[in-house]
Amino acid sequence: MLRSELIDTLHLENPHLTREDVERVVSVFFESITQTLEKGARVELRGFGAFSTRYRKARAGRNPRTGGDVFIPEKHVPFFRTGKELKARIDNTRKE
Amino acid sequence: MSIGTVTRADLAESLYREIGLSRSESAQLVESIINHVIDALIRGETVKLAGFGTFSLRDKNERVGRNPKTGQTVQITSRRVLVFKPSQVLRERVDSSLSPKP
Repeated sequence: MLRSELIDTLHLENPHLTREDVERVVSVFFESITQTLEKGARVELRGFGAFSTRYRKARAGRNPRTGGDVFIPEKHVPFFRTGKELKARIDNTRKE
Repeated sequence: MSIGTVTRADLAESLYREIGLSRSESAQLVESIINHVIDALIRGETVKLAGFGTFSLRDKNERVGRNPKTGQTVQITSRRVLVFKPSQVLRERVDSSLSPKP
């Protein structure tokens, strides 16, 4: 599923909204999550999962193409942890 | 938005404030977005959200693991897990706001 398909589905379910409105809804939703992570805070969505950020120490890396040493500076990365309920639901789709 | 954990209610509040939908409709749309993402994943689809990231499914084989607390080896069964790969844009925004500038 692509972002555009999510917008199409939401628009079908909410015909009183214009497609532009639905696009803004989807934008604001993901933008709010992004801005929360930018502040270093977390977003917890029960039944789905939680978005947070993780600190990664600087480390010595290697350029896989040239084999040369490279320095990888410290960084903060977005992190998602799947919620318990969704984890179980996903795993249950295995044998179907 | 206070510092602390953001929830569905806060996301609905953003829709209410920024788009001007009613509070109940904002809450319903937040719920719908989450449910559509979940439904697509349950159908086995990858969910690609441009500018944000990609949710995909990965099948893991059975393996031998270790309980980090007791050091005992345990058998970890095969399973299907959800992985989130943040987009380049999201990575850059998070890192540039949280890591000190050189």
